Amino acid sequence: MNIHLILQMAADSMPDREAVICGSQRLTYQDLADAVNSLANSLDDTKKLAYLAETGTSAPVAMFAAALRGIPYVPINYRLADDQITALLKRVSPALLISEDTPEIDGISSMTPAQVFEAGTPWEGFAPDEEGGIAIELFTSGTTGDPKSAILRHDNLMAYILGTIEFMSAEETQSTLVSVPPYHIAGISAILSSVYAGRRMVQLPNFSPEAWLDLAKRENVSQAFLVPTMLQRIIEHVTSNNETLDLPAMQAIAYGGGKMPHAVIEQAMALLPQVNFTNAYGLTETSSTICLLDPDDHRDAFQSDDPAIRARLYSVGRPLPAVEVEIRDDDNAVCGAGEAGYVFVRGEQVSGEYHGSGSLLDAEGWFPTRDRGYLDDAGYLFLDGRADDVIVRGGENISPGEIEDVLIDMPDIKDVAAIAVADDEWGEAVGVVIVPADMTAPPEIEAIKAHVKEQLRSSRVPTQVKFVEELPYNETGKLLRRVLRDGFTT
Amino acid sequence: MVQIKAGTKLFSAVCDTQIMVLRVPSDDLDVTCGGLPMQAEEAEEKSAMTGEAGEGSLVGKRYVDEEETMEFLCTRGGEGNISVNGVALEVKQAKRLPSSD
Repeated sequence: MNIHLILQMAADSMPDREAVICGSQRLTYQDLADAVNSLANSLDDTKKLAYLAETGTSAPVAMFAAALRGIPYVPINYRLADDQITALLKRVSPALLISEDTPEIDGISSMTPAQVFEAGTPWEGFAPDEEGGIAIELFTSGTTGDPKSAILRHDNLMAYILGTIEFMSAEETQSTLVSVPPYHIAGISAILSSVYAGRRMVQLPNFSPEAWLDLAKRENVSQAFLVPTMLQRIIEHVTSNNETLDLPAMQAIAYGGGKMPHAVIEQAMALLPQVNFTNAYGLTETSSTICLLDPDDHRDAFQSDDPAIRARLYSVGRPLPAVEVEIRDDDNAVCGAGEAGYVFVRGEQVSGEYHGSGSLLDAEGWFPTRDRGYLDDAGYLFLDGRADDVIVRGGENISPGEIEDVLIDMPDIKDVAAIAVADDEWGEAVGVVIVPADMTAPPEIEAIKAHVKEQLRSSRVPTQVKFVEELPYNETGKLLRRVLRDGFTT
Repeated sequence: MVQIKAGTKLFSAVCDTQIMVLRVPSDDLDVTCGGLPMQAEEAEEKSAMTGEAGEGSLVGKRYVDEEETMEFLCTRGGEGNISVNGVALEVKQAKRLPSSD
Protein backbone atom coordinates (compact mmCIF):
# COMPACT_ATOMS: atom_id res chain seq x y z
CA MET A 1 0.00 0.00 0.00
CA ASN A 2 1.59 3.24 -1.18
CA ILE A 3 1.86 6.13 1.33
CA HIS A 4 0.60 8.46 -1.41
CA LEU A 5 -2.86 7.08 -0.57
CA ILE A 6 -2.73 9.19 2.61
CA LEU A 7 -2.52 12.43 0.64
CA GLN A 8 -5.03 11.25 -1.95
CA MET A 9 -7.65 10.51 0.74
CA ALA A 10 -6.97 13.84 2.46
CA ALA A 11 -7.21 15.84 -0.78
CA ASP A 12 -10.39 13.97 -1.80
CA SER A 13 -12.13 14.40 1.56
CA MET A 14 -10.99 17.83 2.79
CA PRO A 15 -9.54 19.70 -0.21
CA ASP A 16 -10.02 23.18 1.31
CA ARG A 17 -8.69 22.43 4.77
CA GLU A 18 -5.28 23.94 5.56
CA ALA A 19 -2.59 21.27 5.40
CA VAL A 20 0.68 23.01 6.10
CA ILE A 21 1.97 26.45 7.06
CA CYS A 22 5.55 27.69 6.97
CA GLY A 23 6.33 31.36 7.32
CA SER A 24 4.01 33.18 4.94
CA GLN A 25 3.28 30.07 2.88
CA ARG A 26 -0.03 28.30 3.50
CA LEU A 27 -1.19 25.24 1.56
CA THR A 28 -4.51 23.38 1.62
CA TYR A 29 -4.65 19.63 1.00
CA GLN A 30 -5.65 20.40 -2.59
CA ASP A 31 -2.67 22.78 -3.00
CA LEU A 32 -0.42 20.09 -1.58
CA ALA A 33 -1.81 17.45 -3.96
CA ASP A 34 -1.44 19.83 -6.94
CA ALA A 35 2.18 20.60 -6.06
CA VAL A 36 2.86 16.86 -5.65
CA ASN A 37 1.38 16.04 -9.07
CA SER A 38 3.40 18.75 -10.73
CA LEU A 39 6.70 17.80 -9.05
CA ALA A 40 6.03 14.11 -9.79
CA ASN A 41 5.95 14.93 -13.48
CA SER A 42 9.52 16.22 -13.41
CA LEU A 43 10.90 13.18 -11.55
CA ASP A 44 12.68 10.27 -13.15
CA ASP A 45 11.76 6.66 -12.28
CA THR A 46 15.41 5.61 -12.29
CA LYS A 47 16.59 8.23 -9.79
CA LYS A 48 15.93 8.77 -6.11
CA LEU A 49 14.61 12.06 -4.75
CA ALA A 50 16.96 13.55 -2.14
CA TYR A 51 16.10 16.49 0.13
CA LEU A 52 18.85 18.59 1.68
CA ALA A 53 17.19 21.64 3.18
CA GLU A 54 15.49 22.97 6.28
CA THR A 55 11.98 21.85 7.00
CA GLY A 56 9.49 23.66 4.81
CA THR A 57 6.37 23.09 2.72
CA SER A 58 8.56 21.54 0.02
CA ALA A 59 9.36 18.59 2.32
CA PRO A 60 5.88 17.00 2.34
CA VAL A 61 5.54 17.78 -1.38
CA ALA A 62 8.81 15.96 -2.10
CA MET A 63 7.93 12.96 0.07
CA PHE A 64 4.53 12.36 -1.56
CA ALA A 65 5.80 13.10 -5.09
CA ALA A 66 8.52 10.46 -4.72
CA ALA A 67 5.86 8.01 -3.49
CA LEU A 68 3.60 8.83 -6.44
CA ARG A 69 6.44 7.91 -8.83
CA GLY A 70 7.50 4.89 -6.79
CA ILE A 71 11.02 6.16 -6.07
CA PRO A 72 12.71 6.41 -2.65
CA TYR A 73 12.65 9.76 -0.83
CA VAL A 74 15.98 10.43 0.90
CA PRO A 75 16.08 13.40 3.30
CA ILE A 76 19.63 14.27 4.38
CA ASN A 77 20.92 16.16 7.41
CA TYR A 78 21.83 19.62 6.10
CA ARG A 79 23.73 20.39 9.32
CA LEU A 80 26.49 17.88 8.55
CA ALA A 81 29.92 19.04 7.41
CA ASP A 82 30.40 19.46 3.64
CA ASP A 83 32.59 16.37 3.23
CA GLN A 84 30.05 14.24 5.11
CA ILE A 85 27.22 15.53 2.90
CA THR A 86 29.27 14.81 -0.23
CA ALA A 87 29.92 11.25 0.98
CA LEU A 88 26.19 10.67 1.60
CA LEU A 89 25.17 12.18 -1.76
CA LYS A 90 27.60 9.85 -3.53
CA ARG A 91 25.82 6.94 -1.86
CA VAL A 92 22.41 8.28 -2.96
CA SER A 93 23.40 8.99 -6.60
CA PRO A 94 21.76 8.90 -9.14
CA ALA A 95 19.23 11.31 -7.71
CA LEU A 96 17.40 14.58 -8.12
CA LEU A 97 18.34 16.80 -5.18
CA ILE A 98 16.17 19.49 -3.61
CA SER A 99 18.60 21.98 -2.09
CA GLU A 100 19.62 25.62 -2.03
CA ASP A 101 23.10 24.46 -3.10
CA THR A 102 24.10 22.80 -6.36
CA PRO A 103 26.83 20.32 -5.44
CA GLU A 104 28.80 18.93 -8.36
CA ILE A 105 28.54 15.20 -7.87
CA ASP A 106 28.23 12.56 -10.57
CA GLY A 107 24.59 11.61 -11.12
CA ILE A 108 23.15 14.40 -8.95
CA SER A 109 21.05 17.14 -10.53
CA SER A 110 19.41 19.74 -8.31
CA MET A 111 16.51 22.14 -7.91
CA THR A 112 15.74 24.63 -5.14
CA PRO A 113 12.89 24.22 -2.61
CA ALA A 114 11.17 27.21 -4.26
CA GLN A 115 11.35 25.53 -7.68
CA VAL A 116 9.31 22.65 -6.24
CA PHE A 117 6.30 24.98 -6.48
CA GLU A 118 6.80 26.07 -10.08
CA ALA A 119 3.62 24.88 -11.72
CA GLY A 120 4.06 22.27 -14.41
CA THR A 121 2.04 19.65 -16.19
CA PRO A 122 0.53 17.33 -13.60
CA TRP A 123 1.55 13.66 -13.50
CA GLU A 124 -1.42 11.59 -14.65
CA GLY A 125 -0.34 8.15 -13.48
CA PHE A 126 -1.35 6.27 -10.34
CA ALA A 127 0.93 5.60 -7.40
CA PRO A 128 2.49 2.17 -7.96
CA ASP A 129 1.59 -0.52 -5.46
CA GLU A 130 4.31 -3.09 -5.88
CA GLU A 131 4.94 -5.41 -2.97
CA GLY A 132 7.92 -4.33 -0.87
CA GLY A 133 8.30 -0.95 -2.55
CA ILE A 134 10.72 1.42 -0.77
CA ALA A 135 9.19 4.71 0.42
CA ILE A 136 12.00 6.30 2.37
CA GLU A 137 15.70 5.84 3.01
CA LEU A 138 16.93 7.55 6.16
CA PHE A 139 20.51 7.81 7.26
CA THR A 140 20.87 6.97 10.95
CA SER A 141 22.65 9.62 12.99
CA GLY A 142 25.88 7.61 13.06
CA THR A 143 26.80 8.45 16.65
CA THR A 144 28.84 5.23 16.79
CA GLY A 145 30.21 5.00 13.26
CA ASP A 146 29.39 5.71 9.60
CA PRO A 147 25.71 6.55 9.08
CA LYS A 148 23.69 3.51 7.99
CA SER A 149 20.97 3.90 5.37
CA ALA A 150 17.79 2.48 6.90
CA ILE A 151 15.10 1.29 4.48
CA LEU A 152 11.45 2.04 5.23
CA ARG A 153 8.98 0.34 2.93
CA HIS A 154 5.50 1.64 2.11
CA ASP A 155 4.05 -1.32 4.00
CA ASN A 156 5.99 -0.46 7.19
CA LEU A 157 4.85 3.16 7.22
CA MET A 158 1.24 2.39 6.28
CA ALA A 159 1.04 -0.27 9.01
CA TYR A 160 2.15 2.38 11.50
CA ILE A 161 -0.31 5.04 10.30
CA LEU A 162 -3.31 2.71 10.00
CA GLY A 163 -2.50 1.20 13.38
CA THR A 164 -2.29 4.51 15.24
CA ILE A 165 -4.31 7.25 13.52
CA GLU A 166 -7.99 7.53 12.65
CA PHE A 167 -8.56 9.21 9.30
CA MET A 168 -9.72 12.85 9.61
CA SER A 169 -9.89 12.53 13.38
CA ALA A 170 -8.54 16.05 13.97
CA GLU A 171 -10.83 19.03 14.42
CA GLU A 172 -10.49 21.65 11.72
CA THR A 173 -9.24 24.11 14.37
CA GLN A 174 -6.39 21.86 15.52
CA SER A 175 -2.81 22.25 14.45
CA THR A 176 0.50 20.68 15.33
CA LEU A 177 3.83 22.47 15.65
CA VAL A 178 6.56 20.56 13.84
CA SER A 179 10.03 21.59 14.97
CA VAL A 180 11.86 18.31 14.37
CA PRO A 181 14.06 18.29 11.26
CA PRO A 182 12.84 16.72 8.00
CA TYR A 183 15.58 14.05 8.01
CA HIS A 184 14.52 12.71 11.44
CA ILE A 185 12.02 9.83 11.61
CA ALA A 186 9.82 12.01 13.84
CA GLY A 187 9.74 14.60 11.04
CA ILE A 188 8.61 11.93 8.58
CA SER A 189 5.92 10.48 10.83
CA ALA A 190 4.70 14.00 11.70
CA ILE A 191 3.85 14.55 8.02
CA LEU A 192 2.18 11.17 7.55
CA SER A 193 0.10 11.31 10.73
CA SER A 194 -0.91 14.96 10.39
CA VAL A 195 -2.11 14.54 6.82
CA TYR A 196 -4.03 11.35 7.65
CA ALA A 197 -5.61 12.95 10.73
CA GLY A 198 -6.37 16.17 8.82
CA ARG A 199 -4.39 18.19 11.34
CA ARG A 200 -2.75 21.38 10.09
CA MET A 201 1.05 21.31 10.33
CA VAL A 202 2.78 24.48 11.46
CA GLN A 203 6.44 24.12 10.53
CA LEU A 204 9.27 25.76 12.45
CA PRO A 205 12.52 25.46 10.48
CA ASN A 206 14.98 26.65 13.14
CA PHE A 207 14.07 25.85 16.71
CA SER A 208 14.62 28.36 19.47
CA PRO A 209 12.47 28.62 22.60
CA GLU A 210 11.42 32.17 21.65
CA ALA A 211 10.45 31.23 18.08
CA TRP A 212 8.58 28.14 19.26
CA LEU A 213 6.56 30.02 21.89
CA ASP A 214 5.84 32.86 19.50
CA LEU A 215 4.60 30.55 16.73
CA ALA A 216 2.57 28.41 19.14
CA LYS A 217 0.69 31.51 20.32
CA ARG A 218 0.35 33.17 16.91
CA GLU A 219 -1.09 30.08 15.21
CA ASN A 220 -3.12 28.84 18.21
CA VAL A 221 -1.25 25.57 18.09
CA SER A 222 -3.03 22.70 19.85
CA GLN A 223 -0.42 19.92 19.54
CA ALA A 224 3.33 19.66 19.43
CA PHE A 225 6.13 17.13 19.28
CA LEU A 226 9.41 17.95 20.97
CA VAL A 227 12.68 16.21 21.61
CA PRO A 228 13.55 16.45 25.34
CA THR A 229 16.25 19.10 24.81
CA MET A 230 13.69 21.39 23.17
CA LEU A 231 11.23 21.05 26.05
CA GLN A 232 14.07 21.66 28.49
CA ARG A 233 15.12 24.83 26.65
CA ILE A 234 11.54 26.13 26.54
CA ILE A 235 11.16 25.64 30.29
CA GLU A 236 14.57 27.18 31.04
CA HIS A 237 13.68 30.16 28.87
CA VAL A 238 10.37 30.72 30.61
CA THR A 239 11.65 30.28 34.15
CA SER A 240 14.83 32.32 33.68
CA ASN A 241 12.79 35.24 32.31
CA ASN A 242 10.15 34.90 35.03
CA GLU A 243 7.55 34.47 32.33
CA THR A 244 4.53 32.22 32.62
CA LEU A 245 4.07 29.42 30.13
CA ASP A 246 0.99 30.93 28.55
CA LEU A 247 -0.29 28.52 25.89
CA PRO A 248 -4.10 28.55 26.19
CA ALA A 249 -4.70 26.62 22.94
CA MET A 250 -2.17 23.87 23.65
CA GLN A 251 -3.90 20.53 24.31
CA ALA A 252 -1.19 17.93 23.89
CA ILE A 253 2.58 17.68 23.80
CA ALA A 254 4.33 14.50 22.75
CA TYR A 255 8.02 13.98 23.30
CA GLY A 256 10.62 11.43 22.29
CA GLY A 257 13.87 10.93 20.44
CA GLY A 258 16.04 10.84 23.53
CA LYS A 259 16.05 10.44 27.27
CA MET A 260 13.79 12.89 29.11
CA PRO A 261 15.38 14.24 32.30
CA HIS A 262 13.07 13.55 35.27
CA ALA A 263 13.08 17.17 36.44
CA VAL A 264 12.07 18.46 33.00
CA ILE A 265 8.91 16.38 32.59
CA GLU A 266 7.90 17.08 36.21
CA GLN A 267 8.35 20.82 35.70
CA ALA A 268 6.51 20.71 32.37
CA MET A 269 3.53 18.92 33.93
CA ALA A 270 3.43 21.41 36.79
CA LEU A 271 3.66 24.42 34.44
CA LEU A 272 1.09 23.10 31.94
CA PRO A 273 -1.51 21.21 33.98
CA GLN A 274 -4.12 21.35 31.17
CA VAL A 275 -1.78 19.74 28.62
CA ASN A 276 -1.83 16.02 27.84
CA PHE A 277 1.71 14.69 27.76
CA THR A 278 2.68 11.61 25.78
CA ASN A 279 6.08 9.95 25.70
CA ALA A 280 6.67 8.27 22.35
CA TYR A 281 9.53 5.79 22.06
CA GLY A 282 10.63 4.59 18.67
CA LEU A 283 13.52 4.22 16.27
CA THR A 284 14.16 5.04 12.64
CA GLU A 285 14.13 1.30 11.91
CA THR A 286 10.67 0.87 13.47
CA SER A 287 8.88 3.59 11.44
CA SER A 288 8.90 5.77 14.58
CA THR A 289 6.75 5.13 17.68
CA ILE A 290 6.52 1.61 19.13
CA CYS A 291 5.69 2.42 22.78
CA LEU A 292 3.60 5.16 24.36
CA LEU A 293 3.29 6.52 27.86
CA ASP A 294 -0.10 8.17 27.48
CA PRO A 295 -1.56 11.22 29.30
CA ASP A 296 -3.42 9.08 31.87
CA ASP A 297 -0.21 7.16 32.61
CA HIS A 298 1.53 10.51 33.14
CA ARG A 299 -1.13 11.79 35.57
CA ASP A 300 -1.46 8.50 37.45
CA ALA A 301 2.30 8.32 37.93
CA PHE A 302 2.65 12.00 38.81
CA GLN A 303 0.01 11.77 41.53
CA SER A 304 0.92 8.36 42.94
CA ASP A 305 2.59 7.70 46.29
CA ASP A 306 3.37 4.14 45.22
CA PRO A 307 7.04 4.23 44.10
CA ALA A 308 6.44 1.53 41.44
CA ILE A 309 3.66 3.57 39.82
CA ARG A 310 5.46 6.87 40.34
CA ALA A 311 8.50 5.43 38.54
CA ARG A 312 6.42 4.89 35.38
CA LEU A 313 6.72 8.60 34.66
CA TYR A 314 10.29 7.75 33.66
CA SER A 315 9.31 4.75 31.54
CA VAL A 316 8.47 4.90 27.84
CA GLY A 317 5.09 3.30 28.45
CA ARG A 318 3.58 0.24 26.83
CA PRO A 319 3.81 -1.15 23.27
CA LEU A 320 1.28 -0.05 20.64
CA PRO A 321 -1.51 -2.61 20.09
CA ALA A 322 0.12 -3.91 16.88
CA VAL A 323 3.63 -4.08 18.33
CA GLU A 324 5.25 -6.72 20.56
CA VAL A 325 8.21 -6.02 22.82
CA GLU A 326 10.45 -8.64 24.42
CA ILE A 327 13.51 -8.37 26.65
CA ARG A 328 16.28 -10.92 26.15
CA ASP A 329 19.46 -11.66 28.10
CA ASP A 330 23.02 -12.23 26.83
CA ASP A 331 22.09 -15.82 25.90
CA ASN A 332 19.04 -14.68 23.92
CA ALA A 333 16.63 -16.10 26.55
CA VAL A 334 13.48 -14.07 27.29
CA CYS A 335 13.71 -12.14 30.57
CA GLY A 336 10.98 -11.96 33.19
CA ALA A 337 9.42 -8.77 34.57
CA GLY A 338 12.00 -6.50 36.16
CA GLU A 339 14.98 -8.27 34.55
CA ALA A 340 17.10 -6.00 32.38
CA GLY A 341 18.37 -7.08 29.00
CA TYR A 342 18.20 -6.19 25.32
CA VAL A 343 14.98 -4.76 23.85
CA PHE A 344 13.55 -6.70 20.88
CA VAL A 345 10.54 -5.56 18.90
CA ARG A 346 8.23 -7.14 16.32
CA GLY A 347 5.38 -5.82 14.16
CA GLU A 348 4.48 -4.87 10.60
CA GLN A 349 5.85 -1.36 11.03
CA VAL A 350 9.30 -2.71 11.95
CA SER A 351 11.67 -2.63 9.00
CA GLY A 352 15.00 -3.41 10.68
CA GLU A 353 16.71 -3.25 7.32
CA TYR A 354 19.69 -1.33 5.91
CA HIS A 355 21.35 -0.89 2.56
CA GLY A 356 24.44 -3.07 2.50
CA SER A 357 23.82 -5.10 5.64
CA GLY A 358 20.30 -6.33 4.78
CA SER A 359 17.62 -7.29 7.29
CA LEU A 360 18.47 -7.61 10.98
CA LEU A 361 15.20 -9.38 11.77
CA ASP A 362 15.57 -12.90 13.17
CA ALA A 363 13.65 -15.92 11.83
CA GLU A 364 10.58 -15.00 13.93
CA GLY A 365 10.62 -11.37 12.79
CA TRP A 366 12.16 -9.85 15.95
CA PHE A 367 14.37 -6.79 15.57
CA PRO A 368 17.21 -6.13 18.04
CA THR A 369 16.92 -2.42 18.85
CA ARG A 370 20.34 -2.40 20.62
CA ASP A 371 18.60 -0.54 23.43
CA ARG A 372 18.77 -2.02 26.90
CA GLY A 373 15.86 -2.03 29.30
CA TYR A 374 13.27 -3.99 31.25
CA LEU A 375 9.51 -4.39 31.45
CA ASP A 376 7.78 -3.95 34.81
CA ASP A 377 5.02 -6.33 35.92
CA ALA A 378 2.36 -4.23 34.17
CA GLY A 379 4.30 -4.19 30.87
CA TYR A 380 5.77 -0.67 31.08
CA LEU A 381 9.12 -0.45 29.32
CA PHE A 382 12.02 1.22 31.13
CA LEU A 383 15.04 2.04 29.00
CA ASP A 384 18.55 1.76 30.24
CA GLY A 385 20.77 3.15 27.47
CA ARG A 386 22.27 1.65 24.34
CA ALA A 387 23.89 -1.77 24.37
CA ASP A 388 27.02 -0.15 22.88
CA ASP A 389 27.26 2.23 25.83
CA VAL A 390 27.32 -0.43 28.53
CA ILE A 391 30.40 -0.30 30.73
CA VAL A 392 31.82 -3.78 31.16
CA ARG A 393 33.82 -3.75 34.40
CA GLY A 394 35.50 -7.08 35.00
CA GLY A 395 32.63 -8.97 33.31
CA GLU A 396 29.94 -7.00 35.12
CA ASN A 397 27.58 -4.96 32.91
CA ILE A 398 27.05 -1.43 34.21
CA SER A 399 24.51 0.86 32.61
CA PRO A 400 25.63 4.49 32.36
CA GLY A 401 22.03 5.50 33.05
CA GLU A 402 21.96 4.26 36.63
CA ILE A 403 25.04 6.28 37.51
CA GLU A 404 23.78 9.37 35.68
CA ASP A 405 20.38 9.16 37.44
CA VAL A 406 22.07 9.15 40.84
CA LEU A 407 24.50 11.97 40.10
CA ILE A 408 22.00 14.33 38.48
CA ASP A 409 20.23 14.44 41.87
CA MET A 410 23.24 16.16 43.43
CA PRO A 411 22.36 19.85 43.69
CA ASP A 412 25.65 21.20 42.29
CA ILE A 413 25.52 18.99 39.15
CA LYS A 414 23.69 20.36 36.11
CA ASP A 415 24.34 17.59 33.59
CA VAL A 416 26.31 14.36 33.64
CA ALA A 417 27.35 11.48 31.41
CA ALA A 418 28.91 8.18 32.45
CA ILE A 419 31.11 6.32 29.99
CA ALA A 420 33.55 3.42 29.88
CA VAL A 421 37.19 4.33 30.47
CA ALA A 422 40.18 2.02 30.16
CA ASP A 423 41.23 0.42 33.43
CA ASP A 424 44.34 -1.71 34.04
CA GLU A 425 42.70 -3.89 36.64
CA TRP A 426 39.12 -4.30 35.35
CA GLY A 427 39.48 -3.74 31.59
CA GLU A 428 36.88 -1.02 31.76
CA ALA A 429 35.75 1.20 34.59
CA VAL A 430 33.37 4.10 35.08
CA GLY A 431 34.33 7.58 33.94
CA VAL A 432 32.02 10.53 34.49
CA VAL A 433 31.89 13.86 32.71
CA ILE A 434 30.13 16.47 34.79
CA VAL A 435 28.71 19.89 34.00
CA PRO A 436 28.76 21.66 37.38
CA ALA A 437 26.01 24.15 38.21
CA ASP A 438 28.83 26.59 38.90
CA MET A 439 32.01 25.96 36.90
CA THR A 440 34.08 28.00 39.34
CA ALA A 441 32.98 25.82 42.26
CA PRO A 442 32.60 22.23 41.02
CA PRO A 443 31.55 19.56 43.53
CA GLU A 444 34.28 17.71 45.47
CA ILE A 445 35.40 14.56 43.65
CA GLU A 446 35.35 12.62 46.93
CA ALA A 447 31.75 13.73 47.51
CA ILE A 448 30.80 12.48 44.05
CA LYS A 449 32.41 9.09 44.68
CA ALA A 450 30.83 8.81 48.11
CA HIS A 451 27.40 9.65 46.71
CA VAL A 452 27.61 6.92 44.04
CA LYS A 453 28.92 4.37 46.55
CA GLU A 454 26.15 5.16 48.98
CA GLN A 455 23.31 5.15 46.42
CA LEU A 456 24.58 2.23 44.31
CA ARG A 457 27.67 0.19 45.13
CA SER A 458 31.44 0.37 44.94
CA SER A 459 31.75 -1.11 41.43
CA ARG A 460 29.81 1.93 40.16
CA VAL A 461 32.15 4.47 41.71
CA PRO A 462 33.89 6.47 38.98
CA THR A 463 37.65 6.14 38.70
CA GLN A 464 37.88 9.24 36.56
CA VAL A 465 35.95 12.49 36.91
CA LYS A 466 36.08 15.38 34.48
CA PHE A 467 34.39 18.78 34.61
CA VAL A 468 33.24 20.48 31.42
CA GLU A 469 31.20 23.57 30.45
CA GLU A 470 28.72 21.48 28.49
CA LEU A 471 28.19 17.97 27.09
CA PRO A 472 28.26 17.32 23.34
CA TYR A 473 24.74 16.76 21.99
CA ASN A 474 23.64 16.57 18.37
CA GLU A 475 20.83 18.85 17.17
CA THR A 476 18.07 16.46 18.22
CA GLY A 477 19.48 16.08 21.70
CA LYS A 478 21.33 12.80 21.31
CA LEU A 479 24.39 12.66 23.56
CA LEU A 480 27.54 12.00 21.51
CA ARG A 481 29.20 9.49 23.85
CA ARG A 482 31.83 8.69 21.25
CA VAL A 483 33.14 12.26 21.53
CA LEU A 484 33.35 11.88 25.31
CA ARG A 485 35.17 8.56 25.04
CA ASP A 486 37.66 10.05 22.59
CA GLY A 487 38.24 12.87 25.07
CA PHE A 488 39.30 10.39 27.75
CA THR A 489 41.83 8.46 25.68
CA THR A 490 44.01 11.49 24.96
CA MET B 1 -15.36 -12.35 -8.88
CA VAL B 2 -12.00 -10.62 -8.46
CA GLN B 3 -9.01 -12.41 -6.98
CA ILE B 4 -8.16 -10.25 -3.96
CA LYS B 5 -5.27 -10.00 -1.52
CA ALA B 6 -3.92 -7.36 0.85
CA GLY B 7 -3.28 -4.15 -1.08
CA THR B 8 -5.91 -4.83 -3.79
CA LYS B 9 -8.05 -1.79 -4.68
CA LEU B 10 -11.72 -2.34 -5.43
CA PHE B 11 -14.19 0.03 -7.03
CA SER B 12 -17.93 0.15 -6.65
CA ALA B 13 -20.02 -0.41 -9.78
CA VAL B 14 -22.83 1.76 -8.43
CA CYS B 15 -21.26 4.72 -6.59
CA ASP B 16 -17.99 6.52 -5.71
CA THR B 17 -16.96 3.94 -3.11
CA GLN B 18 -13.37 2.69 -3.26
CA ILE B 19 -11.85 0.28 -0.80
CA MET B 20 -8.46 -1.23 -0.19
CA VAL B 21 -8.00 -4.75 1.14
CA LEU B 22 -6.05 -4.79 4.42
CA ARG B 23 -6.43 -8.50 5.13
CA VAL B 24 -8.63 -11.33 3.88
CA PRO B 25 -8.89 -15.07 4.47
CA SER B 26 -7.75 -17.29 1.61
CA ASP B 27 -11.35 -18.31 0.72
CA ASP B 28 -13.08 -16.93 -2.37
CA LEU B 29 -14.95 -13.77 -1.45
CA ASP B 30 -17.86 -12.10 -3.20
CA VAL B 31 -17.33 -8.42 -2.35
CA THR B 32 -20.27 -6.23 -3.34
CA CYS B 33 -21.22 -2.59 -3.02
CA GLY B 34 -24.81 -1.45 -3.41
CA GLY B 35 -25.73 -4.98 -4.46
CA LEU B 36 -23.25 -5.39 -7.36
CA PRO B 37 -19.77 -6.99 -7.33
CA MET B 38 -16.88 -4.57 -6.76
CA GLN B 39 -14.39 -4.30 -9.60
CA ALA B 40 -10.63 -3.98 -10.07
CA GLU B 41 -11.08 -0.94 -12.33
CA GLU B 42 -13.30 2.09 -12.03
CA ALA B 43 -16.27 1.76 -14.42
CA GLU B 44 -16.87 4.75 -16.67
CA GLU B 45 -20.60 4.53 -16.17
CA LYS B 46 -22.10 3.44 -12.90
CA SER B 47 -24.98 0.99 -12.71
CA ALA B 48 -28.13 1.46 -10.65
CA MET B 49 -27.97 0.30 -7.06
CA THR B 50 -29.81 -2.92 -6.29
CA GLY B 51 -31.02 -3.93 -2.88
CA GLU B 52 -31.93 -1.71 0.02
CA ALA B 53 -30.44 1.70 0.55
CA GLY B 54 -28.33 1.97 3.70
CA GLU B 55 -25.84 4.28 5.32
CA GLY B 56 -23.35 3.92 2.49
CA SER B 57 -19.59 3.77 2.99
CA LEU B 58 -17.49 6.36 4.83
CA VAL B 59 -14.00 7.38 3.82
CA GLY B 60 -11.28 6.47 6.33
CA LYS B 61 -13.39 3.85 8.12
CA ARG B 62 -12.23 0.29 8.44
CA TYR B 63 -14.84 -2.36 7.53
CA VAL B 64 -14.78 -5.83 9.06
CA ASP B 65 -16.96 -8.92 9.19
CA GLU B 66 -18.43 -9.99 12.52
CA GLU B 67 -15.52 -12.31 13.39
CA GLU B 68 -12.96 -9.81 12.06
CA THR B 69 -11.45 -12.38 9.70
CA MET B 70 -11.20 -9.68 7.03
CA GLU B 71 -10.61 -5.95 6.99
CA PHE B 72 -10.99 -3.27 4.32
CA LEU B 73 -10.10 0.43 4.36
CA CYS B 74 -12.58 2.74 2.67
CA THR B 75 -10.42 5.13 0.63
CA ARG B 76 -13.37 6.97 -0.92
CA GLY B 77 -16.92 7.05 0.40
CA GLY B 78 -20.17 6.54 -1.50
CA GLU B 79 -23.86 5.68 -1.17
CA GLY B 80 -23.50 1.92 -1.54
CA ASN B 81 -23.17 -0.46 1.39
CA ILE B 82 -20.27 -2.91 1.34
CA SER B 83 -21.02 -6.61 1.80
CA VAL B 84 -19.09 -9.84 1.57
CA ASN B 85 -20.85 -13.06 0.53
CA GLY B 86 -24.18 -11.31 1.06
CA VAL B 87 -23.48 -10.13 4.62
CA ALA B 88 -23.06 -6.39 5.29
CA LEU B 89 -19.70 -5.40 6.79
CA GLU B 90 -19.49 -3.32 9.97
CA VAL B 91 -17.39 -0.29 10.83
CA LYS B 92 -14.49 -1.37 13.01
CA GLN B 93 -14.43 0.49 16.31
CA ALA B 94 -11.36 2.66 16.58
CA LYS B 95 -8.80 2.15 19.29
CA ARG B 96 -8.23 5.45 21.02
CA LEU B 97 -4.59 6.39 20.99
CA PRO B 98 -3.11 9.71 21.98
CA SER B 99 -1.41 11.58 19.19
CA SER B 100 2.32 11.02 19.34
CA ASP B 101 3.33 13.14 16.41
